[in-house]
Amino acid sequence: MFDVTFVTQLLNGLQLGSIYALIALGYTMVYGIILLLNFAHGDIIMVGAYISWIVMSQLGMSPVLAIILSVAGCTLLGVLIDKVAYAPLRDAPRLSILITAIGVSYFLENGAQLVFGADAKVVPQYFEMDNLMLGDVQLSSVSLLIIIVTAVSTAVLTYVVNRTKLGKAMRAVSEDMGAARLMGINVNNTISFTFAVGSALAGIGAVLYSMAYTQASPTMGIMLGTKAFVAAVLGGIGSIPGAVIGGLLVGLAETFVSAIGLSVWKDAVVFLMLIIVLVVRPTGILGRPMTEKV
Amino acid sequence: MAKKTATAASPKVEKGYKSLSMPARYVINLVLVAVFIFVGEAMIDGGMISRYQTGVLEQVGIYIIMAVSLNIATGYLGQLPLGHAGFMSVGGYSCAIFIMRNMEAFGVTARDFATGAPQATLLFVVGLIFGGIMAAICGLIIGIPALRLKGDYLAIITLGFAEIIRVVMQNIDGAIGMDLTGGQKGLTGIPSYTNFVNTFVVVAISLFLIHTMMKSRHGRAILAIRDNEIAAEATGVNATYYKTLAFVVSAFFAGIGGGLYAGCIGVMMPAKFGFMKSVEILVMVVLGGMGSMLGSVISATVLTILPEALRAFADYRMLAYSIVLIVMMIFRPEGLLGSYDFSLSRIIEKAMNGQLFKKKAKAAKEAK
Amino acid sequence: MGTISRRDFMKMSGAIAGMAVLAGCGGGSGSSSSDGGSEGGSIKVGLLGPYSGDVAQYGLAVRNGAELYVKQVNEAGGINGKQIELDTMDEKGDSTEAVNAYNKMVEDGVVAILGDVTSTPSIAVAQQSQNDNMPLVSASTTAAAFVEAGPNVFRACITDPFQGKLMADFAADQGYKNVATIFNSGGDYEVGVADAFVEEAKSKGLTVTTEQGYAAGDVDFNSQLTTILATNPDAIMCPNYYQDDGKIVTQARQQGYTGVFLGADGWSGVLDYASAEDLEGCFYDCSFTANNDDEKVQKFIADYKAEYDADPGNFDALGYDAAIVILNAIETVEKDGKAEYGTDDYKQAIVDAIASGTADGVTGTIKYEGTGDPVKPTLVLTFEGGVEKVFTTVEA
Repeated sequence: MFDVTFVTQLLNGLQLGSIYALIALGYTMVYGIILLLNFAHGDIIMVGAYISWIVMSQLGMSPVLAIILSVAGCTLLGVLIDKVAYAPLRDAPRLSILITAIGVSYFLENGAQLVFGADAKVVPQYFEMDNLMLGDVQLSSVSLLIIIVTAVSTAVLTYVVNRTKLGKAMRAVSEDMGAARLMGINVNNTISFTFAVGSALAGIGAVLYSMAYTQASPTMGIMLGTKAFVAAVLGGIGSIPGAVIGGLLVGLAETFVSAIGLSVWKDAVVFLMLIIVLVVRPTGILGRPMTEKV
Repeated sequence: MAKKTATAASPKVEKGYKSLSMPARYVINLVLVAVFIFVGEAMIDGGMISRYQTGVLEQVGIYIIMAVSLNIATGYLGQLPLGHAGFMSVGGYSCAIFIMRNMEAFGVTARDFATGAPQATLLFVVGLIFGGIMAAICGLIIGIPALRLKGDYLAIITLGFAEIIRVVMQNIDGAIGMDLTGGQKGLTGIPSYTNFVNTFVVVAISLFLIHTMMKSRHGRAILAIRDNEIAAEATGVNATYYKTLAFVVSAFFAGIGGGLYAGCIGVMMPAKFGFMKSVEILVMVVLGGMGSMLGSVISATVLTILPEALRAFADYRMLAYSIVLIVMMIFRPEGLLGSYDFSLSRIIEKAMNGQLFKKKAKAAKEAK
Repeated sequence: MGTISRRDFMKMSGAIAGMAVLAGCGGGSGSSSSDGGSEGGSIKVGLLGPYSGDVAQYGLAVRNGAELYVKQVNEAGGINGKQIELDTMDEKGDSTEAVNAYNKMVEDGVVAILGDVTSTPSIAVAQQSQNDNMPLVSASTTAAAFVEAGPNVFRACITDPFQGKLMADFAADQGYKNVATIFNSGGDYEVGVADAFVEEAKSKGLTVTTEQGYAAGDVDFNSQLTTILATNPDAIMCPNYYQDDGKIVTQARQQGYTGVFLGADGWSGVLDYASAEDLEGCFYDCSFTANNDDEKVQKFIADYKAEYDADPGNFDALGYDAAIVILNAIETVEKDGKAEYGTDDYKQAIVDAIASGTADGVTGTIKYEGTGDPVKPTLVLTFEGGVEKVFTTVEA
């Protein structure tokens, strides 16, 4: 009996953790390249979920189209935000860009509230799926799908970053923007590409989120984004495997804290975990130590 | 009223190019504050300011304290804490609970706060300081680990800490088996221990203390750290100590502001002190100009009154805030006033050369 | 240099405060100001609720219901020849705003207030209303502390403990043996219903297999549901608001749960938040449903549709009924004619009239028996093929 419950809880934790991980990847990539905590990242997911809602519920079009448009919409939005709000501030103090990011996040939340109203909207199910039976364990098909999609996305991302020319450019820009420019790398395009990839992952995250939790609301991005962000920092911001590890850790922690009946404390546990990790290892689990130049 | 305070001051400034002695300045300021509060109170008693407007004015005072205290950590220290509302929450809860639990010990009833009985005033002062100290302790607890980290990490760790405070306030009752914070539904039945007079007395004292601290050796050390931490340390400034100090002082006054808030509103709710509230206060600071106390005061005043005056546009308020933030950062990252505080001496110099009158006339016109 | 700026800065503070006062004055004078209540004049009633922000949907619904009834009364000639004038204010779901708005209403000279809508602002207003002995009727505030604030405070809705007990009795009647609960453990309403449910269920001999809490704002309930499903309950009591309930039901079905969910009146509107097949056969108690053959209810629905071109929900109906409670009482006082309009006696007379009167509302006949809590019948509703149906009516 205990084992069945434990396996299911593990699956619950991995499902939640996978979604966090996917979003954390977006934070990590953007931070890695322009050292910006993109506060608006969580709200991009919110927009993605609303796109799915509009396409399926309002326009009555097919789920496949909803998925494509959600991912494409998020990608475009991410690039647009960078061009409009962040690009003019490339050389400004870090504090200014950070405050701008908070402003963008606020703008998306309140804009969504004005356009769609404060009430949550239900995103219809994309597909009908039967649960898998493994002995007496019933495995939720939604959970499995989420975990698989996240794993594939992470693998593709790792390949892109490590094996392609664009990935090489990204790594170069993140290492030293000035030197990269001298080497003939188009820095602005590379940054845009980074935002596009990070936001596309957010779009996939939006679809998976809608699949599991079925509702879109203007404020859904806040907690989701904050937790994913915690995951990214926990794993070591700037590191792809770090983001995945961080995401899974946060997801599993939340699930098992709830499982032992302390669900109301789970947010506190997650943030406490973050504080402890940062105090012990200021750059996170897999983060590279940074030295400050005088 | 603005006119009155201006004319009360001008005869004393008119003569000579020499500056006034310190005690004289303090007396002048004291008189100005007293006149402002006296006139305000007289207008309230006379029915010129309604109860609703008095309530709004008290909130103005509270947000002035919140913005100016956040400015210590943001404008003066150059960090970006995103958990200021958390300190406000701690201060508010501590102060309110302290006062509610000690009313009997002090022989105070809810009515006494309105009449201004001496024990009630004493309880109010003790409660407020208690709230401030509790917030300062939290500031210390979070400051020590947080300040080891740089900008972004500090922002997120303070955000996280404020979230922890929220969760604790929501669930502490169940955990310790006491009826303390009232949980998620909030703490209700807080006696209204604030009024126009004591709120603005506290505002004046807080501003005075923060101002003198920033003008002192300690304040200059904090500014030096903001401008260049490594250089400051090289010249013998104990960066860790001063960063923690600024952080704790910032938290202390946030706690004072929270204590006033609890008395003014009468209800405390953990969810009200989330990330949103922190950002709201941050907007006040950024808008006014980071590092400008005057800027914080003005923007806190305007941003508290404006939504009340423009209730019809309430839906667009937060959207407008966000656009203002973005546009401000792109076109005028130093805020409306920048660090205007420091150029005030130039105005006084102008005033001593006989140009004060123009300035004051303009200020009075603006007030109208 | 420091000291000089200090002085000027104080002057500026004075100037700013001056501006503050002036701006405040400007804001206050905008409201209409007929204090007079002489014959042929008007009777001013406050309408307070959140019309923007997170909980706007409840406030707007209550307002629609209340405005509909006031309009009907005014079209029928008003009360004692006087028209009812509503002084409507938005508090955005915020206690601060609510208290501000309340004070403004008092200044505007209202004789009773219909509000507030959600718990915490309502309690703040109820406490504030003690200064003025202002008759206060909330359509929807279920928190106990609200009516405990004073004898001038009433509500039109049924309370949390009442619903919990009712659903436990219902579960026993249905023959369920093992029940579990999942609820927002920080919510006044949710905890109130769940606790009463558990207590009554135990006293009826049911086994409560597990009680699972969650925090406000949570979206992932899988962990709690896994724990619950491991105890094999016959029914899961899920007394939360419909958005959470929708998620919980959906996630439970994803995990393979095929049993029954029970809910309280927070479920009203859940049909939009979970699929019809997921909700099939679940039960919840409520004061109102549009699918009720009752004549009064059908007339209300027709009137509401004519006015707003939409279907009324629970909150609209409760808003309508709260307006009936207040206006009935004002009518009694006006007919009596002893108290002069706008005086403290007048307010006291309204309070007395509410306490002793009977209001024939669309959510049933509302009476008060010594407290601010109404005595009224309740419906148990169920879902059949995506349609809400009255399963049974429980008389008061």
